[in-house]
Amino acid sequence: MDLSYSDEQQHLRENLSSFFSKESTPERVRAAEPSGFDPELWDKIAAMGLPAMAVPEDLGGGGASVLDLVLTTEEFGRKIAPAPLIEAVVATNLLGRVCGTGDSEAAHQLLADAVAGEALVSLALHPLVGGVARLVPAGAVADAVLCVDADEVVALRSAVSPRSPLEVPSNLGTAPLADRGAGVDERVVLASGPQAVAAYELARQEWQLLMAGALVGLAQTALEMGADYAQQRHAFGVLIAWFQTVQHRLADAITDLEGARLLAYEAAWAADEGHANAPALATMAFLFSSEVAFEVAADSLHLHGGYGYTLEYDIQLYFRRAKAWPLAYGDPKDGYGALAARLFEHEER
Amino acid sequence: MDFVTVDNLAEHREAAREWVDNNVRPGWAWEQYTSGTHHTPELHAQLADDGILGAGWPPAYGGSDTDPGYARAVLDAVSDAELYADGWATTNMVLRTIRNVGTEEQKERIIAAGLRGEILIALGYSEPDSGSDVAAAKTRAVRDGDEWVISGQKMFTSTAQSCSHVFVLARTNLDVPKHKGLTMFLVPTDAEGFELQPIYTLGGQRTNATFYSDVRVPDAMRIGAVDEGWRVMRVALVYERGGGGRGSAGPTLAERVATWAQSTQRTDGATYYDDPRNQERLARIAIDEEVARLLGMRVRWMNERGELPGVEGSMTKLFSSEADLRHYSELVDMLGPAGVLRPESGAAPLHGELEHHFRSTVVGTIYGGSSEIQREIIAEGRLGLPRNRPK
Repeated sequence: MDLSYSDEQQHLRENLSSFFSKESTPERVRAAEPSGFDPELWDKIAAMGLPAMAVPEDLGGGGASVLDLVLTTEEFGRKIAPAPLIEAVVATNLLGRVCGTGDSEAAHQLLADAVAGEALVSLALHPLVGGVARLVPAGAVADAVLCVDADEVVALRSAVSPRSPLEVPSNLGTAPLADRGAGVDERVVLASGPQAVAAYELARQEWQLLMAGALVGLAQTALEMGADYAQQRHAFGVLIAWFQTVQHRLADAITDLEGARLLAYEAAWAADEGHANAPALATMAFLFSSEVAFEVAADSLHLHGGYGYTLEYDIQLYFRRAKAWPLAYGDPKDGYGALAARLFEHEER
Repeated sequence: MDFVTVDNLAEHREAAREWVDNNVRPGWAWEQYTSGTHHTPELHAQLADDGILGAGWPPAYGGSDTDPGYARAVLDAVSDAELYADGWATTNMVLRTIRNVGTEEQKERIIAAGLRGEILIALGYSEPDSGSDVAAAKTRAVRDGDEWVISGQKMFTSTAQSCSHVFVLARTNLDVPKHKGLTMFLVPTDAEGFELQPIYTLGGQRTNATFYSDVRVPDAMRIGAVDEGWRVMRVALVYERGGGGRGSAGPTLAERVATWAQSTQRTDGATYYDDPRNQERLARIAIDEEVARLLGMRVRWMNERGELPGVEGSMTKLFSSEADLRHYSELVDMLGPAGVLRPESGAAPLHGELEHHFRSTVVGTIYGGSSEIQREIIAEGRLGLPRNRPK
C-alpha cells in the first residue's frame, strides 16, 4: 500500500493546477456562461493533448494511466473549467479501443482528428432513441458524438463544432448540452457486435470515474470557500468559524470528501490494474462523490448566509454544477440498483 | 500509489483457526452475550499458557518465544469466533503504557504478571461528571508517607468485575490547570474501600461504576511521575485509537446481508433482495464500508511510515461509527416487524445480529472521544478553524 503521489503524479497535479488556475478563473467561468463553453480554453486543452492523454502511444496518444486521468479531472473540477474535458477524454479513449480492434476508416480518421486536437468528440451516455441522443454533454459543441445504437457504436457527425455551436437549452449546470442525431447529423457506424458494445460500456464506466475525480475537485474548492468565508464573516460579535455548528458541518464535509478522494483513486488504480472489482469501484466512486459534492457545496453555500443565495458569490457556480454534472448519467437511484447488481448478483456478472 | 493490502499474517491464519478449534468452547460466545461480560477467564488462561499474551515481549518482562504474528492471528481468530477479549485489550494497553513510562521494577513485576494472565486491568478514566472531558476528573489521590489515599468514583469501568486492578486517573494537585494535576495509579480491586456496582447497557454489555473510599495503594503502584498522568494516559490512548481493524478478511456486512436477503422470502413471497429499496440500502452500505476501510488503511499506512495520524484517526472513527448507526438502523427497517426480534427470541432473522448491533453500535459515536470531539479535532487540525473548547 502506498497512498503518496509519485513524482510524476505530483508534477502532473501541479502543472494542471496552475494551468486551470490561470485559464479557468471565476471571471472566465462566468464569461463562458450561459453556453458553458470557453473556446480559448478548449483550444489550449486540445493543444496540450489532454483529450488523447490516455490513448495508447502507438495510436498517437500519451499512454497515461486511468489514475493520471482522475488526477487531471480533479484539477479540472477544482476550477469548474468550462470545457468538456471528461467527455472528450472518454470518447477519444473509446475511439482508441475501436481502432485497436477494428479497421473502420471513419474511426481511424476521427481518432486522428481528435488526437491532433482538430475534432472535439463527445460521448452520449444513453442509447439512441429513434436515432436521437437527448441532452448530450458537450453536444452543442462536439464535431462528433459517439453513441450506442442496438449493437452498433456510431458517430453522429455534422458541421457543428466549437466554432459553430448549436443553441444550448438553458440549464442548471450551464453546460453545452444539446440533442444530437436529428436532421443534420450524419450517422457513421464505427464498430458493431458485443466487443464494440463492451468498449462503449467501458467508456461509460470511465466517464463515471473521471466525473468522480472532477466532483472531488469541485467539492474541495467549495469546501475551502465555505471555510474561508467562515473565517471572515462576523455575527454576534465573533467570527462564525467559532460556532460549533459551523465547525462540525465542515468537519463532516472534509471527512466525507477525503473518503471520496481515496475511493476515486482506488477505483482508478483498480482500473489500471484490471481488477475484477474495478467496474463496481468506479460506480461506487461516482455515486459517493456525487452525493458528497452536492452536500459539501450545499453546506458551503448555506454557510455564506444570504450572500450564498446571490449570483455575485462564486459558491453558486459550484452548487449548480455539483447537482447538474452527475445527473447526465441518470437518476442516482438507478445507479444504486446497478451497483447492487454488480456487487451481489454474481451469477449475472 | 497503490491500494494493495497484504495480509501479513496470512501464513498464520490456518494455525490460528486450529488453535480456536482446539481451545474455544462453542458456548462461550453465547455466555458472553447473555452475561454481558466480554471476558472469558478460561480463554484468557489458555492464551497466557500458550504464550500468546507474551508474544513479542522481552523475556526479562515475562515475554514468550511464541511468534508475535501467530499470536495476533490467534486473537483475530478469537474475534472471528465472535468472542470478545476486552479484559486483555485493556490490560495490554496498560502493560504497554508501563513499558513506556514505568519503573524497571514495575516492568518486571507487573508486565510479567499480566503476560502470565495473573492480573487483569480495567480502565478508570471516566467519571459521573466527566466523559469526553476526561481531564476534568475529580477523583483525588493524596500522599500519605509511602502510600496514596484515593477517593472518588469512576464510571464505565468495563470488565472490572473480572479484573484484579483498575488503572485510575486521579487528581493529585488542585493548584494547577486541570491537565497538569493528574496522576495514574494501579488500584487493586481487592483493596479495602473499593466497591463496584454493575451497570447494564443498551447493547447488552455489562459495565460498572467503581467507588474508591480512602483506598490505600503503595507508591510503587503509581504509574509515571506525579502530576504527569495526562501524558501517561495519552500514551495509552494512542493504543486505543491505533487504527484498529485488519486488511480484508471475510465478507463485508453488505455482502453477508445481501446473501441472506437473496435467499429469504418476505411474507409477500418476494425475497428481501427483490425490493429495489433494499438493493439501494445494501449498495449504500457497501460504499460506506469501502470508504471506512480506506480511511482506516490510510491510518495504518501513516503509522507504518512513522507519521502521526491524528486527524486521519479522528476521521476514521467519526465516519465509521456514524456509518454503523445508519447501517443497522436501515437494516432493522428492512426486516419490518421482525426487525424487533432479539437474539434471545430464537426466531430472529440472521440470529438477531442486526437487532443486537442496532443497540450496541449506539455507543460507537460516544466512547473513545465522542463524534463531537472528533469533529473539533478535524475542524482545528485540518481546516485551521479556531479551537472552540476551553483548554
